[in-house]
Amino acid sequence: MSKFKWIVLVAALVGFVAVNSALAGSLQINGSTTVLPIAQKVAEAYMKVHPDVSISVSGGGSGDGIKAIIDGTTNIANSSRFIKDEEVKLAVEKGSYPVPFAIAYDCIVPVVSPDNTVGDLSLEQLKSIFKGDVKNWKELGGPDRPIVVISRDTSSGTYEVWEDKVMKKERVFAGALLQASSGAVSQAISKNKNAIGYLGIGYVDKNVKALSVNGIVGNEETTLNGKYPISRPLFMFTRGWPSGDTLNFINYVINPQQGQKLVKEAGFVPLH
Amino acid sequence: MVKQRQIREQIIRCVFFLTALTSILVLFMIMVFLFAEGLPIFKKLSAYRFLFGHEWYPTASPPDFGIFPLLAASVAVTLLSALISVPLGIMTAFYLAEVAPVRFREIAKPVVELLAALPSVVIGFFGMVVVAPFLQDTFNLATGLNLFNASLMLAFMSVPTICSISEDAIHSVPMDLKEASLALGATHWETVFRVIFPASLSGISTAVILGMSRAIGETMVVLMVAGGAGMVPTSIFDPVRPMPSSIAAEMAEAPFRGDHYHALFAIGIVLFLFTLFFNLIADYVAQKHKQVGAATL
Repeated sequence: MSKFKWIVLVAALVGFVAVNSALAGSLQINGSTTVLPIAQKVAEAYMKVHPDVSISVSGGGSGDGIKAIIDGTTNIANSSRFIKDEEVKLAVEKGSYPVPFAIAYDCIVPVVSPDNTVGDLSLEQLKSIFKGDVKNWKELGGPDRPIVVISRDTSSGTYEVWEDKVMKKERVFAGALLQASSGAVSQAISKNKNAIGYLGIGYVDKNVKALSVNGIVGNEETTLNGKYPISRPLFMFTRGWPSGDTLNFINYVINPQQGQKLVKEAGFVPLH
Repeated sequence: MVKQRQIREQIIRCVFFLTALTSILVLFMIMVFLFAEGLPIFKKLSAYRFLFGHEWYPTASPPDFGIFPLLAASVAVTLLSALISVPLGIMTAFYLAEVAPVRFREIAKPVVELLAALPSVVIGFFGMVVVAPFLQDTFNLATGLNLFNASLMLAFMSVPTICSISEDAIHSVPMDLKEASLALGATHWETVFRVIFPASLSGISTAVILGMSRAIGETMVVLMVAGGAGMVPTSIFDPVRPMPSSIAAEMAEAPFRGDHYHALFAIGIVLFLFTLFFNLIADYVAQKHKQVGAATL
């Protein structure tokens, strides 16, 4: 091949890449690792429908995401909590107005083996079990068997909710069996009649028995009307009222026929 | 013509040198990375508090990075698995090398080695789904995911290593040693126990140490069957959380270059030092007790 042909080819390639990237919109999504599976699923589906938009999704924690929105280094920040007062103050100082969109609810349910006769526990009882104070099912009206506490690794979002809503910032005792995924928790509980653990509602199936908390069954309805205590809304924040690709994406996420279906698939409670 | 051949020779030599260099370089770079990512945690707390602290709560505020329960768990799991796998591995090796008929040996040895090819996740799953409920029901335990289960599964994994290398060592004991012993009127048993065993001891020690270093670094099995409780074990049926399972479970969600991230890499350093130590011992033993002909016995 002659030199000239090479030059033409390279020029064509460069031109192609340049034109391509000029056409493509790109979105940065950053923030909470809890919301990450939703964001990833929705981003994949969205890119399939809009091949000209490229979305990059990364985790790092709610705080990091909101900070990135304030600094303007990301388009959308995932957060598993509402924005804090000092963050709002900082944002206003920097001239940005983070806008929250509730996109899903997280509902965590205590689960035991299907053989277990205990059906309801109060928040206080759950707390003392996970602190290691209550060690036998007998004390909770069950059979005379030791309690095996199964918890998630401390980095997970599920653990975070549990720590926040049940433990009220106290530590899960060191004797708890830590499992690295919700699947592993479900597996361990279905095989052990002494065990108690907790799962996101999407992971509860017939292998485990879900307990009610303070007499309230955890399901989509009680989560949405706020009666069930171990739940929280999940957010996406944008910098100012969204427009363009960001707006399209947010609309896609909260659309009951599109994003909200994926929310349910990812194991969370959809908005409607 | 001659010149051309010399050049070709040079090129080939260069290619092989570079290939050898690549693996050394890669290993070296991984090591540098490991230390660069792990050492910053010691700016926050002393090595003593890291190694001997009893509390591992990396995401609490303020966090606690004491790895003593994890360290104790790793050591306990490795020792207990060695207690199971060493006699099993060595005795199998002696059986295959000295007792079994040749044709059986030809079949059995590859099968034992095939055991090493089982993916660890399969062994872990077996431990979780079959062994754990069995242990729980048989011994009436609170949970079947515990130190004993993990050790048993790890023993499965190190038996092939121990057996295969020991068998090679036993097999390479010079024939004249054995014949001399038999000629002096020793029985087969006496020959095996008094002559062949001492002669192959260095090879067997190497096998044991390599088997143990495989057990201490194994991740998937301990993640799945050890239970995961961050406590110093007081019984062999206590759930434990060895070092590799902590790294595997938490690394994905530890904030990049945060304290938790550095602490996990520091655990990696500890683990690296453990396996390095094991390998150095294996090397030393192999060199020191090297059998050169029959005369050194």
